[in-house]
Amino acid sequence: MTRLMNCPDPSPAAPARRTFFTQAGVGVALLALAPGVRLVDLARARAEDEPVTSANRWGLLIDTDKCQSGCDECVSACNEEHGIVGHGRPETDAQWIRKVDLKDDQTGHELSIPVLCQHCEEPPCVDVCPTGASFRRDDGIVLVDKHICIGCRYCMMACPFQARSFIHEELTGQRTHAPRGKGTVESCTLCVHRVDKGEQPACVEACHREGHDALVFGDLNDAEDQLTKLTRASATRELRPELKLNTSVRYTRF
Amino acid sequence: MLHGLTRTVGMIRSFVVLFIFALSGSAGLFADVAKPQIPASRGDQCVEPVEIMRRNHFEFIVHQRDLTVHQGIRTKRHSLAGCIDCHSTKTAAGQYLPVNAEGEFCQTCHTYAAVKIDCFSCHAAVPTEKISQSP
Amino acid sequence: MSQTIFHPSRSSRAFWGTCGVLVVLVLTGLFAAHHMESAGHWVTGMTNRVVWGMPHVFAVFLIVTASGALNVASIASVFGRSDYKSLSRLSGLLAAALLIGGLSVLVLDLGRPDRLIVAMTHYNFRSIFAWNIFLYTGFLGIVVVYLWMMFEPRMNRFVTRVGTLAFAWRIILTTGTGSIFGFLVARETFSSALLAPMFIAMSLSFGTAVTLLLGALVFRLKGENLPAELTGKLARLLGYFVLSVSLFVAVSHLTHLYSAGHQGIERFLLIDGRPYSLLFWIGQVLLGTLVPAVLLLSDRFKHAVSVPLGALLVVIGGLAQLYVLIIGGQAYPMSIVSGFSESSTFFDGVIAMYRPSLPEWGLGVGGMALAALIFLVGTRVLPFLPVPTPDQPRA
Repeated sequence: MTRLMNCPDPSPAAPARRTFFTQAGVGVALLALAPGVRLVDLARARAEDEPVTSANRWGLLIDTDKCQSGCDECVSACNEEHGIVGHGRPETDAQWIRKVDLKDDQTGHELSIPVLCQHCEEPPCVDVCPTGASFRRDDGIVLVDKHICIGCRYCMMACPFQARSFIHEELTGQRTHAPRGKGTVESCTLCVHRVDKGEQPACVEACHREGHDALVFGDLNDAEDQLTKLTRASATRELRPELKLNTSVRYTRF
Repeated sequence: MLHGLTRTVGMIRSFVVLFIFALSGSAGLFADVAKPQIPASRGDQCVEPVEIMRRNHFEFIVHQRDLTVHQGIRTKRHSLAGCIDCHSTKTAAGQYLPVNAEGEFCQTCHTYAAVKIDCFSCHAAVPTEKISQSP
Repeated sequence: MSQTIFHPSRSSRAFWGTCGVLVVLVLTGLFAAHHMESAGHWVTGMTNRVVWGMPHVFAVFLIVTASGALNVASIASVFGRSDYKSLSRLSGLLAAALLIGGLSVLVLDLGRPDRLIVAMTHYNFRSIFAWNIFLYTGFLGIVVVYLWMMFEPRMNRFVTRVGTLAFAWRIILTTGTGSIFGFLVARETFSSALLAPMFIAMSLSFGTAVTLLLGALVFRLKGENLPAELTGKLARLLGYFVLSVSLFVAVSHLTHLYSAGHQGIERFLLIDGRPYSLLFWIGQVLLGTLVPAVLLLSDRFKHAVSVPLGALLVVIGGLAQLYVLIIGGQAYPMSIVSGFSESSTFFDGVIAMYRPSLPEWGLGVGGMALAALIFLVGTRVLPFLPVPTPDQPRA
C-alpha cells in the first residue's frame, strides 16, 4: 500500500539516496568476505546510473601452479550462476569456462588450466560479427548483445579459444540476471552483473572457497590493484600470443 | 506512368481491405476477441502513467536494454526485471506464474493486440531474485 | 547488332513435371528449415565445434556458382565475343537464381532467421560478412539491370557498360566470399589470402559447369540441344577453369606442407582424416578434377555425354571440395597452447565428429532446387531462350 512497496520512486532525490545505499551495501558485503579476498574499494564502485568507462579494464590472472588438476569448482560455479544446465549432449551443450588438461609434448610436464573468454582488447569475434552483436564494453568486457544476435556463428569460427557456445535448444528456467535463449551465441561475461555491483565473478569466488585462490580478478588499469601488482611482479602469458590480441585474461607460472 | 502506378496500388489496397472485411465478417473475428482481463499487480503505482505505459512500454524497455547491455547502466525504473517483479501473479500455492502465460499480465494484452513477445525466450518470466521492494 | 530472336520456354508435361519435382524438393527444404528452427540446432549434425555444416557447404557453393554463372554474359558483353550473346540472357537469370538459392539456405540456417531484418538495420563495417550482405544484394540489383539492358532494344547500347560493372562486382563478390574464410586469422586451416583468388577460380569453374548443366536441361525440355558450337567452347573453357582451381589447391597444400606448424592439419586432410581425406582424393581430385579435365579437354573422349558428365563431375567435386574445406577445417582441433597436447570436456585436442543430418541435407538440396526452379520458371515467363537459327549459325 505504501510507496515503498512499489517499483522505484520517481522523485529526484531518490537516485542519490539509493546509490549511497547500494555503495554502502557493496562495502559491507565485501567486508563480510573471508580474509584473503581483495576488497573492492568503495570509491571504485560505480553508481548504477553511470556508464562504464575505459578508466577500468577488468581482467583475470590465473596461477597455473595453484589451479588443481581434477578440480572444476569454477566450472560448476559458473554453471550455477548462469543457470547453465546440460542436456546430455556434450557436443552441443554450452560451456562458458572449461578445464583444459595440458601436457608438454617435449617434457611431459602436465598442468590443468581453466579456459574461458579471454576478453581480448582486439577481439576477433567483434571484428567479424555482421550486426555488431558481439562487442567490447568500454571497461574491456567482451559480450554478446543477444537482442541483435542473428545466430550466424561467425564469431565462433573466429574465436581463437573455442570460448563460445551456441544455444542449440529451447531453454527454460533462466536466471533473471543471465538471460539466454535458443538460436543465439553466448560466452563468459566475466559475470558482468556482479562486476557492475562491485562484486567478483562466480568462478573467482568458488576458487577461493575451495582454498585454491588460483584466480584473481581485478582492474588492469589500476596500479594499486592486487591484480596489477601480481601481473607486474611475475611473468604472465596470454594464450595464442602470436595473434597479438592483448587478452585481459592472463596465465602465470607456465 | 505515376498515375497508373497510384491507381494500381489503390486497387490492390481496396482489394486487400475488402478481403479482410469479408474474412472477418464471415469468421466474426472482431466480435469474438474479448477485451483483455489484466491481472492485478503489486504496489499502487507504475513507474510511468498507465496510458503512457500502454502505448510506449516497449520504448522504455528497449532504451533501458541498450543502456544496460552496452553501458552497464542498471537503474531499475525501466528494467524488464522490475516489470516482472510487480506484474507477475502467484498461484494459491504461492508459485509465480510467468508473465507470458495465457491470461497473465503481458500475454493477455499481447494476445488481444496479436503481437508476439520476443522477450521471454531468453529472459526469465518470473521473479527469480529481489529487484525492487515489492512484497 | 544481334539478330537473335528470343522466346520463353514452352509449356509441356516434361517442363511442368520437372518444376513439380523441384517444388517438392523446395518444400522439403522449407520443412527441414522449420524443423531445425523450432527444435533448435541440436537436431542437426552441427555442434559447438563444427559450427558450420552441410547448409554452409551448399550455400557457399551456390553463391560462388552464382558469380560464375555470369561468365557467358561477361564474355559476350565485356570481352565482345558476340557468339556467346545468344546465351547471355540465360546466364544472367541463372546467376540471380543461384544467388537467391544460396542466400535462402544461409538465412534459413541462422539461429534466429526471424531477425533477418536486424542484419539490414545493424551493420558492423569491420565485418566482411556485413560487406557481403551489400555485395550480394548489389549483385542481384546489377544483374536485374543488366538483364533489362539486354531485353530492351533501346537499352542495348548500355549492355557493355553495365556488363563491365557486373563483371567487376562479381569478382569482388567472390573475393568477399573467399575472405569470409580467409580472414579467420585464428584458424590455421582457413587463414590465407590465397582463398580469395581460389574462390574466384572456383566460381569460374562451378558457374560454367552449372550453366552447361541447367542450360542443357532447359533446352532439352523444349526438345532442343544447347547450341553445339557454344557448348564445345564452354566445355573447353570449363576444362581450363578446372585446372586453374587445381593449381590453387596444389599451391595451398604445398605451402602448408612446407611449414612445420601446418603439417598436422595437412596429414589430417590428405592422409588419415577420414572421411575428409577420401573426399579430397576421390571426390575433389579424381572425380572433380582429373576425370572432367580429360573429358572436357581431350579430343579422344568426344561423345554426346562427355560434356554434361564432365560438368556434373565438376559440381560433385566442387561440393566435395567445400566439404573438405569448411567441415574438415573445423573438425581438426585448433591448438590453444602450442607445444602442449590438450584434453577437456569441451573436445579440445580431439577431432570433432560431424555427421550431416537429414534436415541439413534437406535444406541444402532445397536451396539447389529453389535455384533451378527460379531458373526454369523464369525462362517460362520471359523470353530468355534463343530461337534456333539452323540456316545461319552464329559463329
